[in-house]
Amino acid sequence: MPRITMREAISQALWEEMERDTKVFIMGEEVGLWGGSYAVTKGFYDHFGADRVKDTPISEATIVGAAIGAALTGLRPVAEIMTINFAFSAFEHIVNQAAKLHYMFAGQMVLPLVIRTVSGGGRQLAATHSQSPDVVFAHFPGLKVVAPGTPEDAKGLLKSAIRSNDPILFIESATLYQSRGEVTEGENLIPIGKSKIQRLGKDVTVVSYSKMLETSMKAADQLAQEGIDIEIVDLRTLRPLDMEPVLESFKKTNRAVIVEEGWRSYGVGAEVSARIYEEAFDYVDAPIQRVAQKEVPLPYNRNLEQLALPQVEDVVKAVKEVL
Amino acid sequence: MAQVVSMPKLGFDMAEGTLVRWVASEGENISKGAVLAEIETDKATVEVESTYSGVLLRQLVQQGAVVPINDPIAVIGESGEEVNIEALLGKPAVGEKTTTVEKPVEGEEVQAVSASSSLASETPTDMQGSLHASPLARSMAAELEIDLRMVRGTGPAGRITKKDIESYQAKAPKPVISKTPRVVPVLPVAPSKGFIHETRRVPLPKLRAAIGRRMTESMQQAPHFYVTHEYDVGALVDRRKEINTLLSEDDKLSVNDFIVRAVALTLLEFPNLNASLDLKNNALIYHGEINIGVAVAVENGLLTVVNRNTDQKTIHQISSELKIKVNRAREGKVHPEDIEGSTFTVSNMGMYDVDQFTAIINPPEAAILAVGSAQQVPIVTNGEIMIGTRLKATLSVDHRISDGVEGARFLQALAKFIEEPLRLLI
Repeated sequence: MPRITMREAISQALWEEMERDTKVFIMGEEVGLWGGSYAVTKGFYDHFGADRVKDTPISEATIVGAAIGAALTGLRPVAEIMTINFAFSAFEHIVNQAAKLHYMFAGQMVLPLVIRTVSGGGRQLAATHSQSPDVVFAHFPGLKVVAPGTPEDAKGLLKSAIRSNDPILFIESATLYQSRGEVTEGENLIPIGKSKIQRLGKDVTVVSYSKMLETSMKAADQLAQEGIDIEIVDLRTLRPLDMEPVLESFKKTNRAVIVEEGWRSYGVGAEVSARIYEEAFDYVDAPIQRVAQKEVPLPYNRNLEQLALPQVEDVVKAVKEVL
Repeated sequence: MAQVVSMPKLGFDMAEGTLVRWVASEGENISKGAVLAEIETDKATVEVESTYSGVLLRQLVQQGAVVPINDPIAVIGESGEEVNIEALLGKPAVGEKTTTVEKPVEGEEVQAVSASSSLASETPTDMQGSLHASPLARSMAAELEIDLRMVRGTGPAGRITKKDIESYQAKAPKPVISKTPRVVPVLPVAPSKGFIHETRRVPLPKLRAAIGRRMTESMQQAPHFYVTHEYDVGALVDRRKEINTLLSEDDKLSVNDFIVRAVALTLLEFPNLNASLDLKNNALIYHGEINIGVAVAVENGLLTVVNRNTDQKTIHQISSELKIKVNRAREGKVHPEDIEGSTFTVSNMGMYDVDQFTAIINPPEAAILAVGSAQQVPIVTNGEIMIGTRLKATLSVDHRISDGVEGARFLQALAKFIEEPLRLLI
């Protein structure tokens, strides 16, 4: 299998789906002539033309609102919001319209809409451009929230998302575009809403997703040298949340650490640990630990920013805490 | 701080135990794991280990006392420590006639709420022993019937975790290993040689008493009927001889091993004889496992050791598992799980040259098979007398659960396996 970057994997998924189905089109800020702020859509404009690769004004509400309208008419838009921080400008359209149209109009229409966006900090973009508010969107029933952590999953999940008739927020990580991984050649659709065990182990269950999957993997290598063998479950989708592999793993290890890039309060760790306590109480052998971002607006200063973001050492420490 | 050691629960149906001998005396230094006392249950004599290190401050019960499970038997603490036994136990020590709780004066019901709350704070209750254990440790302890108060927690802030339960279980009270029959004073040693020409009166050994209770209960409550069948065991005896030439001396199979497997396989077709009666609820319990009990003679009586899921095991497996348990039973080292949970019992007296006999059902089982010796007998075939090998077995059945015809059909079906022993090897 070829080892390609996350950027290439996402780009391939878009390209293949646009080739396969002429109803698929892209719209967003700088996606056309410029080739995308993260260069994901480089070359698309020349190949597919201005009708299918649309540059938009700097107005997120317009991007999402127009994409919703296009989806209602039967097209399959892939709207790009440059960063998830800007999605707040389109919040009404995402959570009040896209997430609810099918329900509010008694299923008369479907909404084959994908909104691609970028989450996460670590690039010194300061407090308003570095957030990881993934759970804010995962809070709303009616919207699927996908957040892959490997190129393989990114490609397979994005292709599934484009073919899905549900509105999907597809969250990419700002610092994972360069990361490489093996990707299955040819058509490989990965179902949305399935967690996956990315590393087998027996001592502690580490639950994570997206960028923090990479961090957890590094922690696993470090811990392995000390003889501690962690099992890593990658959620891949925040809604619908698939707890089955998590619970299965937990019933084996009886200990869990949940790692997320966003803030701890009301976060993924809160949700996952609550479900473990609800559904596997009799298997709990130690209080579950959460690793998350410090509860401050993310600083611009490089050192402070790194201190506020969850690091490999934080995961290692939390794992030792539950052992 | 002083700690309390309680009467351990050593089997599913153990309700009380007799403290037959104190091994450690008051004032003696005790380390965790050292033997405190010997306890006799219905089924065995076992040693109780101290769950704490310290000085044995107080023996709370006399030798020979019968103590309900989980009742305190000893207090362990530091040398010279002043111990308020009552506060520690939350109630008067066993055998001490102290009353601490005064009844509220009648007619003062208006004050009930505040009175009861103040009472609660003055009277030590079970709350003082609130345990620090993980949910997993609690569920494991419940399943393994371990008293968490006996387990030392090594997790954060002394929390009892899975690890502690596992290490506790590994060191759970072990049966006494009696090299010489160092039987405790209250137990008379049955005279093994010679007759004593003197009338004596001795207390009934616990095991003898337990057997008496159970057998009386069985004969009084379960209407027994008996069906006898004679089996041609020529092929089985030959087959066994053949197989045993392949096995080492201590690995050899007995005729009984074959019969135990034959019974288990036959029971697959007769769930009614692998059942128990639940009189209270007017229900029949069809057991989901076929666990064959095998009666074993031990000092002062007999025990039934259990082979679990016998229908799913090879004769060789059955044989080696039984050997281990029979040896433990004979040496008085039986584990509680060795003798619990049988669903049908086989009692074999073949080795004592018995033609046939009837056995009493081991309650709450539905039936028991009494097996006699394999004997060479003259048989008549086509008007000619030949020598054959025959074995008689008698099935006792609880008439409340089954009838004669089913018993007879069971014995007939059993013939298929006993007379064509290749079927047992499939």
